[in-house]
Amino acid sequence: MKVTFPHMGYMYIAVKGLLEGIGLDVIVPPYSSKKTLNLGIRYSPEYACLPFKINIGNFIEAYELGADTIVMGGGIGPCRFGYYAQVQQEILRDLGLNYNMIVLEPPDNHYSELFKKLNELSSSWWKIISSMSLAYAKAGALDRIETETQKVRARETNRGCADKIFGNAINLLEKTSHKREISLVVNQALESLGKVSLCREMPLAKIAIVGEIYTVLEPFVNLEIEKMLGDLGVEVNRSVYLSQWINDHLFLGLLPGKSSKKLLKIASPHLNSFVGGHGRETVAATVAYARQGYDGVIQLAPFTCMPEIVAHSVLPVVSKEYDLPMMSIYLDEHSGETGLRTRIEAFVDLITKKRKMRGIKNEMLSGHRCGVSQY
Amino acid sequence: MTAIKVGIPRSLMFYYYYPLWKEYFTGLGVEVVLSPKTNKSILDLGVKSALDETCLPVKIFYGHVIWLKDKVDYLFIPRIISVEKKEYICPKLMGLPDMIRANVPQLPPLIDTTLDLSKSKKNIYFFFREIGRKFTSNPWKIAKAWANAYKKQKEYENLMVNKKMLPAEALFYLENKTKRFLETKKTSLEIAILGHGYNLYDDYTSMGLIEKLRRQGANVLTVDLIDTEDINTEAAKLPKRMFWTFGRKTIGGAGYFAGKQKVDGIIHVASFGCGPDSLVGELVLRQNKRKENIPVLNLTLDEHTGEAGVVTRLEAFLDMLQRRTAL
Repeated sequence: MKVTFPHMGYMYIAVKGLLEGIGLDVIVPPYSSKKTLNLGIRYSPEYACLPFKINIGNFIEAYELGADTIVMGGGIGPCRFGYYAQVQQEILRDLGLNYNMIVLEPPDNHYSELFKKLNELSSSWWKIISSMSLAYAKAGALDRIETETQKVRARETNRGCADKIFGNAINLLEKTSHKREISLVVNQALESLGKVSLCREMPLAKIAIVGEIYTVLEPFVNLEIEKMLGDLGVEVNRSVYLSQWINDHLFLGLLPGKSSKKLLKIASPHLNSFVGGHGRETVAATVAYARQGYDGVIQLAPFTCMPEIVAHSVLPVVSKEYDLPMMSIYLDEHSGETGLRTRIEAFVDLITKKRKMRGIKNEMLSGHRCGVSQY
Repeated sequence: MTAIKVGIPRSLMFYYYYPLWKEYFTGLGVEVVLSPKTNKSILDLGVKSALDETCLPVKIFYGHVIWLKDKVDYLFIPRIISVEKKEYICPKLMGLPDMIRANVPQLPPLIDTTLDLSKSKKNIYFFFREIGRKFTSNPWKIAKAWANAYKKQKEYENLMVNKKMLPAEALFYLENKTKRFLETKKTSLEIAILGHGYNLYDDYTSMGLIEKLRRQGANVLTVDLIDTEDINTEAAKLPKRMFWTFGRKTIGGAGYFAGKQKVDGIIHVASFGCGPDSLVGELVLRQNKRKENIPVLNLTLDEHTGEAGVVTRLEAFLDMLQRRTAL
């Protein structure tokens, strides 16, 4: 059995570790590229959302490398993601790719369904649990390095230094197989990030990125928007980080600290119901960022994403109430980098001008911790 | 004293539950004001105030709300999360009252009670009791209004399933007790239309699709005229339970019309950008292609859809079907 899985940003580091840990043969699909996207578009329904299409591309490319089993997540609605696997299986079948699909999702009737699926992957519970813990540690390490990179990127003298260190750290993290090695990589990366020469104490502005998880976490899809903003001297924070998401979904939010559960309350009165996907999280995070004094919020979503459209519909009210500049960007296979860059530059210009007019000095807290979870 | 007026937009779930709502509010002594049939100006009102990315039916809903808002004391915009066990309608319907509040200024108070039957069907009674308490403190009045409304709704559904009346005809029959069938020519073709009721039965949205087909001599069927049992048996053949109510009906209907009651052609109508339908439509196409070989036409509608384009495609589809049956 050669196992593969769809890409989502740097998630592959954690998932690869997890699957290898339980003793499986893992084939990581080539990193999502233009080719992946083109394959996906050709064989996916036209109006499916972008992650669906890129998944298909990933699966086709992994099949060429010899994979025969797909492990992926699922859901029970109302977001479309819950039915991805079933439609994708039909498409792959019509293409003549003989894949076995193992979909891990909340069980329909009883938890034994989920356990049965996990048993298909490995019979040793000890292995499953210990590699889960390792994967979670990897995700946490990744998040720590990434938040630091986001800070340094906005302040560095020579562009690209922080990203180079980040890239190296990712490669090292992928190879680690022990918690001690992980903390070694983290310490090294943080140390070299600390040595990068900085040209400014404070970032020009602080912008938060909220929205649908796939578009927020996948640099290929969001056209490396974080880097784009960082190069303009903007410090970026995201509403979703990998370890927090793993905690929410794999461990049902039981681990302390990084969970979005308690955040949801502040979405009301703007949005009073869950709407599937990350719709309510988007609204809640926007309110939290506004209260934290961020200068602007950018919402990312795949074109036609239902939960994010609901969130987008109520966000203008939040924006008005907190006097917070906002921009919503829908991404699909037609999104171009130049167009996005123009919009981003205009948005950052607007924000910096607004800051000047308000006479706010750059008095951002230098010891600011990551995440909206403090609220 | 004049009666309190409650506005019901003639849009979205109206096509499924209007008799129930109308009878219930009337039983409470409340006057129901219904918005007119969708027209150009209502669509324009909606398009102007809704977000670009919103789908056509929701934009039309905005239009009906704006038409009604100055004419009534309350607006009935329930938050419909689920109408069947373990199923949802659509994220946009779950956030509808919030979306309306954020985008339409100067609204009368909304009746935005949450209807969620995903855990238990009994919640429907609590839903109506909560609404009833806004207007009366007399529990007997609420219970009686509910009983009458429930009877009316059953009658409505019976007209559709047993008498094969489409919702527009059934509603007309309930109001006037006379039939108003759009008489068709000698029927040669049997065509099933799949899709969400608010697209199919809103003549402005669907550009009179049903009438157009009938004028061409086709007998039109929809899933709402079929026994739920039949639909569910077909839908249960899926590898995973479908968690969208309309999705289940569409996929079950497709199976039924391709198998048990074999029709000559299937038309799948979807709104542009409809999330569930983008996947469900794909399943319908692929499964049909694989086994039954019934022609399927996919029609995608939005506010830019031109009537001429739709007519051309329809005529071509019908011509093709006629040739197939002649062969």
